[in-house]
Amino acid sequence: MAVVAMPTGRDSVPAARAAEPILTVDGIVKRFETPDGVLTAVDDVSLSVLPGEFFSVIGPSGCGKSTLFNIIGGLLDGYDGSVRVAGELVHGPHPSIGMIFQEESTFPWRSVIDNIAFPLEIAGLPKTERYDRARHFVALVGLDGFERRFPAELSGGMRQRVSMARTLAAQPKIMLMDEPFAALDEQTRLLLGDKVLQIQQELKQTTLLITHNITEAVQLSDRIMVMTYRPGKVKRIVDIDLPRPRTSEIVSSEAFGRYVAQIWNDLREEATRGMHDDESRKRRGAPS
Amino acid sequence: MSKPAPLTKSRYFPAILGLGSFAAFVLVVEFLVYADVLNRFIVPPPSEVLAAFPRVIMQEHVLSRFVLTASEALAASVLVTIFGIAGGVLLYQFNLLRLATETWVAAVAAAPLVLMYPLYLVIFGRNATTIVMMGFTAGLAPIILKTLEGLVGTRRVLINVGKSFNLTRSQQFWKILFPAALPTIFVGMRLGLIFALINIVGVEYLINFGGLGQLINELAERFDLAGTYAAICFVILVSIIVFMLTERLERWLRPAG
Repeated sequence: MAVVAMPTGRDSVPAARAAEPILTVDGIVKRFETPDGVLTAVDDVSLSVLPGEFFSVIGPSGCGKSTLFNIIGGLLDGYDGSVRVAGELVHGPHPSIGMIFQEESTFPWRSVIDNIAFPLEIAGLPKTERYDRARHFVALVGLDGFERRFPAELSGGMRQRVSMARTLAAQPKIMLMDEPFAALDEQTRLLLGDKVLQIQQELKQTTLLITHNITEAVQLSDRIMVMTYRPGKVKRIVDIDLPRPRTSEIVSSEAFGRYVAQIWNDLREEATRGMHDDESRKRRGAPS
Repeated sequence: MSKPAPLTKSRYFPAILGLGSFAAFVLVVEFLVYADVLNRFIVPPPSEVLAAFPRVIMQEHVLSRFVLTASEALAASVLVTIFGIAGGVLLYQFNLLRLATETWVAAVAAAPLVLMYPLYLVIFGRNATTIVMMGFTAGLAPIILKTLEGLVGTRRVLINVGKSFNLTRSQQFWKILFPAALPTIFVGMRLGLIFALINIVGVEYLINFGGLGQLINELAERFDLAGTYAAICFVILVSIIVFMLTERLERWLRPAG
């Protein structure tokens, strides 16, 4: 097993995967005005994601992961640097990018099938066609038989699958996920990881996952970018050379454990810094 | 052989319990009046109220009065719903307008607007328009405030979902903001319709013009207490009809509840 560690995303694509990146993030810097002065949340972050690749961004709380997610998804502006999808400069939300959010984001007033058909309705597809296509995605996320249920009747894991199917129904080139399983228990998280792997392998879906969960990142990813604590910079990019197709059984393998240890080694220092910083802020009574 | 389901599990049980509780309450009142605990010149025995129904229906033309009050309530409901929701949306869209007027709208919601009826009599005359406009004025503020509250309270993540799907402003409103705010808007509608109905019947009573309010006034002045209470039951019926209609509308617009 080879753990390939590289300093920046731009130089990190191995020769074997030297295809044109579908997503290029170049030199992103984002600053926020705070009562304590200007806070640099993300500092010169660059990365590139290849078609069909599963790329994860991992870092401690407060490292700017979600800021990066919002910038790439076009929900946040006022930053330096650029985001390109297949070479096209992106400003604002882009149809090629589908987003799955950390918070529960299904529409409670729509049934499962109507939630999933939502982007197809917006695209103006005829009713029959959009329901036919939506049913395909219902089956893909394993929710057959729940089409007419409402989100309130589903578990947290099922609701996240509805969100995922809704995003996939729009057939984005890139799926952006911001800690989609953060609110779920560990077992559900592993099983949903299996579902994500299965979908990713079936659709060859390019995916960018934002997470703070090392196990989840190693289980799912081809590459993992480790970020530093405030300001969020690229600390290292690690190639995950585990065989595919994968399932959650891989978490018990020796190689998996070594990757987890390697990434935790990188993260520990950052997480400790984050914890100390948070404590000193709390002592001063300043917001986190 | 499976055991029959207990009555408490029946879907009719809440309705049976409600009607049963009401019947028990009526019996208790009847008993208290006959036991002289309640003064029968203030609270007539329910049996007398029941006996007054045929008289009120036949001699007092209660049905035409009921239709008039119900029509006024319906007209006021449509007006407060249209203008109330539009007002709430306007305050949501224009923050300056909201900051400038929200406190005033809240103050209007709490004001005894029924006292404005002489002004409305001058403006509209002694007719049904005055009554409808009084109902409209009284019911408007709660709907504006609750519409605003519902729109402001829409979860940020749902708005972001809309943005991520490149929704236009109009789609963002009709597909996300409005359905997300609907439960709160309906709370406002119920409040608004209560205020409107109170004012409609109140002004009918005060200006002695048409409808159930006038009938209550006449019966009270004749000291026909049983008839007065029977007429009040018809006002409650108007209220029940208005509520059932709003409930149906809510279920149709937002089946998940």
